[in-house]
Amino acid sequence: MTELTNLKVAEIRDGHRAGDFSAVEVAEAFSANVAAAKALNAFIVETPEHALAAAKAADADRAAGTLKPLSGVPIGMKDLFCTDGVQTTAASHMLEGFVPRYESTVSAKLWDAGCGMLGKLNLDQFAMGSSNETSYFGNVISPWKRKDGGNAALAPGGSSGGSSSAIAARLCPAATGTDTGGSIRQPAAFTGISGIKPTYGRCSRWGIVAFASSLDQAGPMARDVKDCAIMLETMAGFDPKDATSLNMAVPNWEAALSSDLKGKKVGIPKEYRLEGIDLDIDAMWDVGIAMLKDAGAEVVEISLPHTKYALPAYYIIAPAEASSNLARYDGVRYGLRDLPDGAGLQDMYAATRADGFGPEVKRRIMIGTYVLSAGFYDAYYTQAQKVRTLIARDFEAAFGACDVILTPTAPSAAFGLGEKMADPLAMYLNDVFAVPASLAGLPAMSVPAALNREGLPLGLQIIGKAFDEQGVLNAGLAIEERAGFTARAEKWW
Amino acid sequence: MTTTTRFKGATGEWEVVIGLEVHAQISTNAKLFSGAATAFGAEPNTQVSLVDAAMPGMLPVPNRECIRQAVRTGMAIEAQINKYSRFDRKNYFYADLPQGYQISQLYHPIVGEGRLEISPDEKDPSDTKIIGIERIHVEQDAGKLMHDQHPTMSYVDLNRSGVALMEIVSKPDMSSPEEAGAYLRKLRSILRYVGSCDGNMEEGSMRADVNVSVRKPGEPLGTRTETKNVNSVRFVMVAITSEAFRQIELIESGGKVVQETRLFDPATNRTRTMRSKEDAHDYRYFPDPDLLPLELDDAFLAECRDSLPELPDAKRARYLAAGISAYNADVLTAEVESALWFDTLLETGAKPAAAANWVSSELFGALNRLGKSFEDCPVTPAQAGELLGLVADGTISGTIAKAVFEKMLESGDAAGVIVERDGLKQTSDTGAIEAEIAKILTANADKVEQYKGGKEALFGFFVGQTMKAMQGKANPQVVNELLKKALG
Amino acid sequence: MAIDQATVRKIASLARIAISDAEAAAMEGELNGILGWVEQLGEVDVTGVEPMTAVIPNQLRLRDDVIDADPLTGGNRRDDVLANAPAAMHGFFGVPKVIE
Ligand SMILES: [Mg+2]
Ligand SMILES: [Zn+2]
Repeated sequence: MTELTNLKVAEIRDGHRAGDFSAVEVAEAFSANVAAAKALNAFIVETPEHALAAAKAADADRAAGTLKPLSGVPIGMKDLFCTDGVQTTAASHMLEGFVPRYESTVSAKLWDAGCGMLGKLNLDQFAMGSSNETSYFGNVISPWKRKDGGNAALAPGGSSGGSSSAIAARLCPAATGTDTGGSIRQPAAFTGISGIKPTYGRCSRWGIVAFASSLDQAGPMARDVKDCAIMLETMAGFDPKDATSLNMAVPNWEAALSSDLKGKKVGIPKEYRLEGIDLDIDAMWDVGIAMLKDAGAEVVEISLPHTKYALPAYYIIAPAEASSNLARYDGVRYGLRDLPDGAGLQDMYAATRADGFGPEVKRRIMIGTYVLSAGFYDAYYTQAQKVRTLIARDFEAAFGACDVILTPTAPSAAFGLGEKMADPLAMYLNDVFAVPASLAGLPAMSVPAALNREGLPLGLQIIGKAFDEQGVLNAGLAIEERAGFTARAEKWW
Repeated sequence: MTTTTRFKGATGEWEVVIGLEVHAQISTNAKLFSGAATAFGAEPNTQVSLVDAAMPGMLPVPNRECIRQAVRTGMAIEAQINKYSRFDRKNYFYADLPQGYQISQLYHPIVGEGRLEISPDEKDPSDTKIIGIERIHVEQDAGKLMHDQHPTMSYVDLNRSGVALMEIVSKPDMSSPEEAGAYLRKLRSILRYVGSCDGNMEEGSMRADVNVSVRKPGEPLGTRTETKNVNSVRFVMVAITSEAFRQIELIESGGKVVQETRLFDPATNRTRTMRSKEDAHDYRYFPDPDLLPLELDDAFLAECRDSLPELPDAKRARYLAAGISAYNADVLTAEVESALWFDTLLETGAKPAAAANWVSSELFGALNRLGKSFEDCPVTPAQAGELLGLVADGTISGTIAKAVFEKMLESGDAAGVIVERDGLKQTSDTGAIEAEIAKILTANADKVEQYKGGKEALFGFFVGQTMKAMQGKANPQVVNELLKKALG
Repeated sequence: MAIDQATVRKIASLARIAISDAEAAAMEGELNGILGWVEQLGEVDVTGVEPMTAVIPNQLRLRDDVIDADPLTGGNRRDDVLANAPAAMHGFFGVPKVIE
């Protein structure tokens, strides 16, 4: 029998349905991989009992003929999703020990569909970071190594770095991610997996620890495009508890997957040709263009003139929203409380928040507080939201001439842990290609396309029109079929 | 026109400039952004949802009824209704504010400028003044802190957290405590007519932030202070007086008024600096990214308008036109319950002027005596209508009606039943009356002499004697006629 | 608009984050680096452009005025609300005494 942990979501679902193996066998195999991979530090909490219980239910359902859409599929849950009875931390000391008495809408949908939970995945603290080095619970290590004879620990990307590392290392076939400015796509690219951020509003934000409300979107991360489609179908859907949730039916993305792009136009934004960009990235982009042509698409050059301003706008808007969203962590109702001797209420807040938040979180709260403060609001926040309007208009205009847009996902392959931590701006630049689609709320995905000279995965990003996840998935599938990306990290952990 | 009240200081006269920000709890079942209940007096933290406690990942979804009531209120004060409004976050840290921000409306409130007509002098309702209203916005209430339960801890109850409020902001158009009092009473009355707020100040459903500044007549506005959360009309008036004199004395002794937040202490009738809010605020308002802009369509607005009841000013005008006295019209329209009760009474066919007299004297008197209100009124408008009908058609006299009403209150029986049972019907039987008159005239021959001699005032004496002899049941008009005839 | 350490301390105080002098000194450089970089937005001509309010065109949906229609957004769950409280006392959240 094939090693169960090499199976993808669709293979597990179909194999279980066909009786090729039991869900319990699958859950136990993945749980064993999780338990044996402590060196990656991908999980904050392991929940083999949850996975096992769901597997037993799946096997019983199979016997009873009441299978659910994802019966028998164990997954990893990013520790930004509140899970009833299971510690939820957002990778912060602030929420260490916090056990919600409620389940996020997205995770509840997955459990209702028959999935089991292998554990809560590590991430950048409050989803702020692009390397998974800001977690209070330690760095996540990528399973990948450079082919340079060295043994440098590499970043799995972030903020969904526990998710990307765990999938790449076969600790789980799929996981949830969240993407505020690239947090699904960049880690997917760094680890040679796929991930999609749907249109803003597709997945309910209810029960997901908020970072920046107008940008946060949940999405799946998995090993291929089809698995992403399957997972997203379960995770998406209207939720009356989220006022920004889209009241639209969830399409049957899996069934409509097609890599035939005849009649489709692919836009190549000239502003994404950054000066001094990694040559491997540029080369891969050209290969990707060729692949889509091969799939029948017509390639057109497009212009997104305000691209350059997306990242600075993002670093005003996201911290501003975060500074307010994170005000609730005050030591009163849950989470950490630091109460120095003789401290009053306001001292308690300041001590708790100084102790509970990591440096990057504090940095962003400070920036956000500053840009919203009296006298600066218009110059920073209002200006950024106006630029955001222009960025969205750029996309609208571009989509007059094309159906999807192809870009690299990140400006480089995975870097070494510690290489960029000293310079916040250098770290922020990781998301230069990912952020514009986030600001415009558009669906975008990353698919693995090639290995670079160092043997590290590189990803291509496909950005679609609002609500056109299908177009994104189909273009992703066309690349996936042609790239034939089968490389995987050699097991060292 | 109302004249500006002047405050006497050591250096002469001062004017006081007053603006009120009234927080009125919107009468709804559930909170503004969650499904938790809003009822008063529940056990601590039982009416708290995960949303109200600001648990991680919780999101607000607005309650339609809160929006509807704010719009209806705006329409009732003839205000501009903004079809486009937004919710903003007002960021600050306090233990009664779980999210670390209050969802409110700063940049685009739902209701714009409106107006309220007040009559500050209760004895002269025709002396009116228009007070401008700047805006009404919808926002969340905060929780409650209790400081006296523990030596070193304060206790937080979030039951009120997230309850919907309208903040009704007046222009600084009031210039005396009386005007402020009249404004509050009128506003409360309108809110209760509209049904958007129960106006219960003891339970905190309505409270006012009082902005006061003083100036020498003709001078520009002085620095204002804001006295927070004053919870009765009387306290507002006292707080204004006390704060005005404090500022006058301060300025006259060479000091300067500091723009600050103050608290009113009902025990001393004075205001004092609010220690917890001393540090300068920077609320960092910005549009709440969890909520989209609120856009109201014409159908929504039409329903709001169509569902508005007749408001006190219109009702008062209608009463005056129906021949009801100005005093009675005021009394009857002041509270929505009495007005509605009275309107139902009019529907029974009662004569407006007589009915108004009866309600404002007999019924108000009885309710006062019994400690009851129109909400638990012991007689229905239909029952009262029957009673007034018996008077109007001459079945009983006004005097007998008082007695019948007493019996109605005691027994709950209908007026007609009581009159029938106790034989209280007024008689126009001329034979019986003439017999009594004959007896009285015989017994008072001397007075008859005097009357005939020109002392016409004695006529009343004969009427009284006759009515007494008839046990009040004689038709007074018939008595008059028969007496006139008998006395020649 | 470069910020100094006093401003850093003011922002930290607004954000209720206690910082030491050394942290304030370090943050001064970091924040100025970031703020200097985002200020390039000032170059963009935004004449006549409305700030974005809804990333995907969508209407604010309103809820019916019904109590506890969904237990996840309704009340009557004090135990759940207090379950993680650092100091839950007699059904309340306890905080250091506040003087108003
Ligand atoms: Mg106020
Ligand atoms: Zn207010």
